[in-house]
Amino acid sequence: MPFSSLSEIKSRLDAGETSAAEVARLYLDRIAAHNELLNAFVYIDSKHVMDQAEASDRYRAGHEARPLEGLPIAVKDIFCTRDGPTQCCSNILKGFHAPYDAQVITLLKEAGAILVGKTNMDEFAMGSSTETSAFGICRNPWDTDAIPGGSSGGSAAAVAAALTPAALGTDTGGSIRQPASVCGITGLKPTYGRVSRRGIIAFASSLDQAGPMTRTVRDAAMITAAISGHDSRDATSVNDAPAIDWLGACDATDMKGVKIGRPKEYFVDGMDAGVRNSVDAALAQCKELGAEIIDISLPHTGYAVAAYYVIAPSEASANLSRYDGVRFGHRCDNPDDLLDMYTRSRDEGFGSEVKRRILTGAFALSSGYYDAYYLKAQKVRTLVQQDFIKAFEKVDIIATPTSPITAFKLGEKSDDPLTMYLSDIFTIAVNLAGLPGLSQPCGFANDMPVGLQWIAPAWREDVLLGAAAAYEHATDWHTRTPSGFGGES
Amino acid sequence: MDIDVNKVAMLARIRLTDDEAAELGPQLSGILGYIETLSEVDTEGVAATAHPHDAAMPLRANVVTNTNRRDELQASAPKTESGLYVVPKVIE
Amino acid sequence: MSWEVVIGLEVHCQINTRTKAFCGCSTEFGAEPNTQTCPVCLGMPGQLPVLNTVAVDKSILTGLAIDARINLESRFDRKNYFYPDLPKGYQISQFAVPIVEGGYIDIPTRDGEKRIGVTRIHMEEDAGKSMHEGLEAVSHIDLNRSGVPLMEIVSEPDMRSADEAIAYLKQLHQLIRFLDVSDADMEKGQFRCDANVSVRHPGEPFGTRTELKNMNSFRFIKQAIDFEMMRQIEVIEDGGEVVQESRLWDSVKNESRSMRSKEEAHDYRYFPEPDLPPLRVSQAEVDAIRAGMPELPGQLRKRFEVEFGLSPYDADVLSQTRELSGWYESLVAAHPADPKRCANWMANELLGRLKETGQDIKNSPVSAESLAGLLDRIADNTISGKIAKDVLDLMMASGADADTIIEEKGLKQVTDSGAIDAAIKAVMDANPEQVADYRAGKDKLMGFFVGQVMKASKGQANPGMVNQRLKELLK
Repeated sequence: MPFSSLSEIKSRLDAGETSAAEVARLYLDRIAAHNELLNAFVYIDSKHVMDQAEASDRYRAGHEARPLEGLPIAVKDIFCTRDGPTQCCSNILKGFHAPYDAQVITLLKEAGAILVGKTNMDEFAMGSSTETSAFGICRNPWDTDAIPGGSSGGSAAAVAAALTPAALGTDTGGSIRQPASVCGITGLKPTYGRVSRRGIIAFASSLDQAGPMTRTVRDAAMITAAISGHDSRDATSVNDAPAIDWLGACDATDMKGVKIGRPKEYFVDGMDAGVRNSVDAALAQCKELGAEIIDISLPHTGYAVAAYYVIAPSEASANLSRYDGVRFGHRCDNPDDLLDMYTRSRDEGFGSEVKRRILTGAFALSSGYYDAYYLKAQKVRTLVQQDFIKAFEKVDIIATPTSPITAFKLGEKSDDPLTMYLSDIFTIAVNLAGLPGLSQPCGFANDMPVGLQWIAPAWREDVLLGAAAAYEHATDWHTRTPSGFGGES
Repeated sequence: MDIDVNKVAMLARIRLTDDEAAELGPQLSGILGYIETLSEVDTEGVAATAHPHDAAMPLRANVVTNTNRRDELQASAPKTESGLYVVPKVIE
Repeated sequence: MSWEVVIGLEVHCQINTRTKAFCGCSTEFGAEPNTQTCPVCLGMPGQLPVLNTVAVDKSILTGLAIDARINLESRFDRKNYFYPDLPKGYQISQFAVPIVEGGYIDIPTRDGEKRIGVTRIHMEEDAGKSMHEGLEAVSHIDLNRSGVPLMEIVSEPDMRSADEAIAYLKQLHQLIRFLDVSDADMEKGQFRCDANVSVRHPGEPFGTRTELKNMNSFRFIKQAIDFEMMRQIEVIEDGGEVVQESRLWDSVKNESRSMRSKEEAHDYRYFPEPDLPPLRVSQAEVDAIRAGMPELPGQLRKRFEVEFGLSPYDADVLSQTRELSGWYESLVAAHPADPKRCANWMANELLGRLKETGQDIKNSPVSAESLAGLLDRIADNTISGKIAKDVLDLMMASGADADTIIEEKGLKQVTDSGAIDAAIKAVMDANPEQVADYRAGKDKLMGFFVGQVMKASKGQANPGMVNQRLKELLK
């Protein structure tokens, strides 16, 4: 591995031991060497990357370095950028150039980061394996016949294979945490409203949140600190969020007095035994670090996926209506009439999973079904949220497996949407409740990485980071690298 | 549950081939069948949650902040003419 | 058996904010196509709405003015349908919980005042414009109007004739202009009306209603309602049934036609707008808006009648707009001796002259203080009312004040009794027969003498003095 973490690059840059240009060149070379196989990046402009890096070196020569000065960060193809195309890995946005930067992109630039390129993802973030991307499948560096998770699979694979030291993903039902888990890296989904959604292509507006995918907990904190904050042009961005000492929280080395809840609904029959063993071993380690493990119950967990698969597709069905071939995006050739233009452009532009979700959502909202589906799901959402509120009266933080299984083989589940949906069973409730969640590596099962998920109360990313940092400090799972992508470069 | 896939596809303005409709029908029925497990949950007296936090809407000042960027904004449009978006005839 | 028509109205009026409902684009009318658009109102990927604070305040003000309840928490929903002038494929609209509920508007009818219930007022965004004229196989889309804030004001089905519907619309139109919440220019589409119309025999339950769309003048609305009423009666009397549908009024052919084919596919799939948390306003904010609310036309009209003794007609004319009532009150403040004279001169003389020249009170060349100066000269007998009209003409043309004109033109009234007596004697000498007739009892000739004397003095003699002296000298 070229560098162990973003933090390491930062200290080397600060010490003058390397330059942003040197770092960027190194990662561009790795992308050139490995991306053909992995297809983690769908867009790279090497010259533009080097231009940014050189500009950063010049900036550093004359100014105090900014928080992310010269640090390469890749972003999922869902973030709108003025530079290069923004396509959401969909044919309907093929060739689309956004005339604006997402707010988080602006913040990364202001913090001095080098934007490396656009990473592969499930089309419109709808998927758990990155197999629905219109721009080809993405492979897991740990087993290139396996999925990298999704929807932020390209970001996860790129970080795991060290094609970039860090990346941004988005998480609507687990799309940061689950790919982080199956690729053996760290992924943080902040509290809903912590990070502006403006300029991030919407999947499900009440659930979407952007966050970092990194090699270490501290790296995740560094990036989240840079991208969070109130945005007056996003009405769901919260302007009175409690401030957090992001980096200070990562100094924890033990877990004395921390009460960890272990929800019984997340340790169930049918989950992979190896996953269960790894997570239980992790909890045992936490106990050694001074934590108290408390059995808790989140009784509505079993209904979270069903509620999610009403709410997310319903919001998505409306969010994706703007792709109509009128103002931007794909329009079919020679439409017979207006209706033909709509239906054919959208037929040609959307892949089958996106169509499935749009139709599910349109149905759930349609006349006669709204109460039984949408309204019911919203009420169950309330109950899921209340489960967490009650649990946090007893515990400081909750620990669960991130995914019930390790990465499955490419193609294994793509014909069975429902089974695919159930692979998000442990991550979805967090989005419904708007809570912060973090996944970090905690072992291997079936020779593939296993993720430990931490869930904290709203706005308590510090609690999340503290627990994860202490665990990381005591273990070395985060230093493991997939063979074939190690230090050979 | 049986759903009229073509009717829903029409609402969503997505053309489906007969094969697609034949495949999607059972898939959607399966998904909706799973979703119907929600009916097992007692939600009597439970409020609906539309937003994850109990926050109020912030408002914007009544001040013009945008200037004319028509050319830039229409650069990605499939078809325009004299600054107007062009679509197949809208029949009223 | 007699028939009764039942009418409910939905009015869309553009809230006159500087910027759109959810973005910082200008709402200025008449700009080049698509030059007042941005990523938000074009529905571009990842763009988010943030509500204009003035749209909220003006909706609340309107609600307070119709004595309605202001919902301290309201919310926005998405109304989903595809149309090329609807960029996001949904309209953001307050469907489930509007900001205003339950008010009323009193309208004048032949049988006195009638109260029309207002069900709700909700905020929503307008769509853009589709243009088809002169185009073969295509339509053109201009999105300058996309996202402009609207209030939809929904009445109860309380109207029983097209005349009542028009009276309601006129009251509403006046009110929202008075409140300065909308310019309500119908030609610019800032005040648009849909009518729900049904017929029944009096006392029976409501019949099936149809919705008439696309009406943008009071005349068309009346024609369309009358047409629809007759059409429905005919359908029922022929043994048919009225179909619930939307109908489009064709003002060229003077008939409505069914839009059913289009409506059939509609299922708006409303659900809460996830990009916008609930809208909360405090009672204190509502109270502050109430405190700043101007006196409303009805209240003004009554006050003008009671406080200033105006005729119902003058009171009505002078309470039509805030500019008019404000101007009138300034006039009275500057000429407090005679509010009725103020009303006469403003309503009849000034407004009449302004109308002739296509001006209105806002750009009147004569200020309220200046007109008061003229009225002062009538009151102190410096000039007669007749001369004053000529002076006003000159004031309108030059902008000069009354005293300057009276001085320059030498229009000062003659009140010197010697001069008046001399003029009377000259008239009597010139008309001996009339003098004899008058003295023989033909009193009506007094008018003749007054006229002659006034003519001789070029109108400048004080008419009162002329009258008095004539009576004495003709004895």
